[in-house]
Amino acid sequence: METFRQTRRSHTRYDRGARNISGCGLAGMMSLSGERTDGRLIREAIGLLHDRSNGLGGGFAGYGIYPEWPDHFALHMMYYSLEAQEDAEKALRHNCEVAREEKIPTRPIPTIVDPPLLWRYFVRPKGDLLVERQAPSEDDFILDLVMTINRSVEGAYVFSSGKNMGTFKGVGFAEDIGEFYRVEEYQAHIWVAHGRFPTNTPGWWAGAHPFTLLDWSVVHNGEISSYGINKRYLEQFGYCCSMRTDTEVMAYLLDLLVRRHKLPVPIACRVLAAPFWRDIQQMEEPERRLHKTLRQVYAGALVNGPFAIVFAHKEGMVGLNDRIKLRPLVAARKDDLLLLASEEAAIRTMCPNPDVVWAPRGGEPVIGTLGSMEVEGEPKRRLEEASA
Amino acid sequence: MMMKERDLLLEEPQTEEAEEPLHEVRVATTPVYYPPEFRWTNDQERCARCKRCIHQCGWKALRWEGRVVADDSKCVGCHRCEAFCPERCITILPNPQAFKEHGLWSVGHRRNLWKQAETGGVLLAGMGNDLPYQVLWDHLVLDACQVTNPSIDPAREPMELRTHLGRKPEAVEVRQNGDGFELVTALEPGIELSTPIVFAAMSYGSISLPAQKSIAMAACELGTLWNTGEGGLHDEVRPFANRAIVQCASGRFGVDVDYLNSGAGVEIKIGQGAKPGIGGHLPGEKVSQDVSETRMIPVGSDALSPAPQHDIYSIEDLRQLIFAIKEATNYEKPVSVKIAAVHNVAAIASGMVRAGADILYLDGFRGGTGAAPTTIRDHFGIPIEIAIAVVDQRLRDEGIRNQASIIAAGGIRSSADVAKAITLGADAVAIGTAALMALGCTLCQKCYTGRCSWGITTQDPQLTRRLDPNVGAQRLVNLVKAWSEELEEMLGALGVNSIESLRGSRERLRGIQLDRTTLEVLGVKPAGVGA
Ligand code: SF4
Ligand code: SF4
Ligand code: SF4
Repeated sequence: METFRQTRRSHTRYDRGARNISGCGLAGMMSLSGERTDGRLIREAIGLLHDRSNGLGGGFAGYGIYPEWPDHFALHMMYYSLEAQEDAEKALRHNCEVAREEKIPTRPIPTIVDPPLLWRYFVRPKGDLLVERQAPSEDDFILDLVMTINRSVEGAYVFSSGKNMGTFKGVGFAEDIGEFYRVEEYQAHIWVAHGRFPTNTPGWWAGAHPFTLLDWSVVHNGEISSYGINKRYLEQFGYCCSMRTDTEVMAYLLDLLVRRHKLPVPIACRVLAAPFWRDIQQMEEPERRLHKTLRQVYAGALVNGPFAIVFAHKEGMVGLNDRIKLRPLVAARKDDLLLLASEEAAIRTMCPNPDVVWAPRGGEPVIGTLGSMEVEGEPKRRLEEASA
Repeated sequence: MMMKERDLLLEEPQTEEAEEPLHEVRVATTPVYYPPEFRWTNDQERCARCKRCIHQCGWKALRWEGRVVADDSKCVGCHRCEAFCPERCITILPNPQAFKEHGLWSVGHRRNLWKQAETGGVLLAGMGNDLPYQVLWDHLVLDACQVTNPSIDPAREPMELRTHLGRKPEAVEVRQNGDGFELVTALEPGIELSTPIVFAAMSYGSISLPAQKSIAMAACELGTLWNTGEGGLHDEVRPFANRAIVQCASGRFGVDVDYLNSGAGVEIKIGQGAKPGIGGHLPGEKVSQDVSETRMIPVGSDALSPAPQHDIYSIEDLRQLIFAIKEATNYEKPVSVKIAAVHNVAAIASGMVRAGADILYLDGFRGGTGAAPTTIRDHFGIPIEIAIAVVDQRLRDEGIRNQASIIAAGGIRSSADVAKAITLGADAVAIGTAALMALGCTLCQKCYTGRCSWGITTQDPQLTRRLDPNVGAQRLVNLVKAWSEELEEMLGALGVNSIESLRGSRERLRGIQLDRTTLEVLGVKPAGVGA
């Protein structure tokens, strides 16, 4: 009981409605052919970026880690008290068929202190409720549930909610978090990782990255200078920014653009990091009209300020910089591997001899799609060489 | 430099003035109980006796009696004489006449009362509300980047002020098309601005033709908008119509189908910040041949704009007029609806959007006018800061913010005010008073007399010809360019490189010395509270 009270205290101390501002290190690896690897390499890579974080937050997301549960939403939960667990589970059971529930396996290590209770549930929405609430899809139903729990169940947070994927995160250096969650025991075809350097408030477990929403996970280095308007823009569509991190905004924007507005991923990237008007002016029709329209309609979704993000979903992984590249991001290819990281050194940890390493330009996304060996944003020259 | 500009503004040869008596000696039939507001003096030792001041005064307050003599009771303090005195030897002082102080009865109240006792008339005033209400702009401060997010150097990186006015869909549909993407969504007609600053509605009639032409030319050069006001479109400004919003107000002066189709957009004027709830009155003396042709009314007849539009008595009626105009313009022009900011502005604005308005023009209680009853000007309406905040929030709450753009006007004095207005949620601001000041106006507030010494709010050819549209336009371009550059600087300090990242981003504002309720209404945190 004592531990609960302590953690609860620390939880409330960090949770004063303030927004976390942070600098960070990030890394991502993806097998374009869908081959799975365990979490050791990504842990090493993010460990190498140790100095980009300050021990106040780290985490991983893996895709393909629950092949035995392809159709169930894997909900990863943090509880700061037994009451929170009770309340949240009540909400879960009321809304979903829970096929399996268990503690998330962890190993005690000295540097990770006062973890909350960590549980995971494999669930599907109850069919009759889906109909009753006229939810457009199972995804919307779960999204709604996640938002409700995060907003209204004090001390309970859903920090991962996709299918056949999962997030593992907390307060500590990323490599220690990886150790704590035993990431080496999971096999994934996409891994993303993040080490955090929050500046204005001590980190809290739910505020660590990756930030996830359904299948989407985002790791992010940067501070969104347009946070104020992005948040208000999202509120119009019913998103409530409860986690108080910039990254949450990124995740919701992606959800809105790709899942709800059905924009292709490359187009969504052009919304988040829009081309400059002077560049749009240079474009040929009909491309020019497309971009003019996007900028006018999605002005509130333009993410301004320094950022480098890696986001992943079940179909692929994307790296993106702000339009004038104010934060580092390096990409590399080796056979079917696509690698992204804040620094080349981290890439070389995962893959000592990449075929090509490049620094993506501001606003130009690197997009890897499962099953396709072509990566958008990869320098052309190398592709020609490869095909020759 | 100063001299050069003054000379450019000055057109008349200096010999003319002696020929006609420019003064009349005031014969008071009943004693005037109130003293003049100003005291005109000149330094006799420095005076070159050139009489230029006499000629410059539109109000004929000065006369020649071997030296310049002033009738202080006619001087409105417009400073035209002083600015054009080659010796700069004129000083205009507030009349130091002392009255017994009174905490309730200011001298202004007493003066007005005496004036009315004498004339029995409604007090008139020009320009905007001049009472010392709290100016909210001066209680809002902007954020800047330090360490965690970098500021951006506008000298090195592109800064984008481009703004689009008009209705926008909620989402864009894009289809994958082979290797590329195909846009399915078509936008409704809108207006592109190079900078989020437009010129406010000022009709030919209320201002002079050279003044309007200056503004029209400047709008075209800048790639922004001017607004015809309710005065029709004179042939001389027709070449600049592609950058005009043509107004359709309650008097319907000068409105026909060609007029509606000649501009970049059409505006239905419901109200004006300087005089919410009342119409307009252009006295017959100002309706010259030219004005009469432009407004399509007989020469010398009073041009009365009724208080309401007599075909708009409800929101449904507004909808009908909006769509009548859209029909008349083949759905090619965005329709703006202009209202004065009043207590219920948020709900009204929401209704306007639902009625089909593509642009909401909100005019705050500091907005200017050529003439308004003083009591209406000074005691009606609400500050534009509040109006922007509540309208933007209401439209967002209702999920219809994308359906209309907001132009905010009424009391924009500097680029900082522009930035704050946009941060509160406006898409663009309109400047009226500020634009006239660029043309020389000194805010004497006597526009309703039609004697403006600066040639701005007058139709007297002797006065209007002092304003050279080329010079006027250049000064307006200078002003807007300077403000735009300052906006870019501000964006850089805020760490964003596009105006839309500031628009509505109230997180970047903090309030100082504001009470809790006002902060809540503005949607702004107090200074000292972090992100
Ligand atoms: S020009 Fe203006 S300031 Fe000068 S005397 Fe005439 S009214 Fe007064
Ligand atoms: S303009 Fe100046 S110098 Fe000339 S008469 Fe008037 S006061 Fe004297
Ligand atoms: S426009 Fe002319 S009359 Fe009106 S306030 Fe300005 S200077 Fe005075």
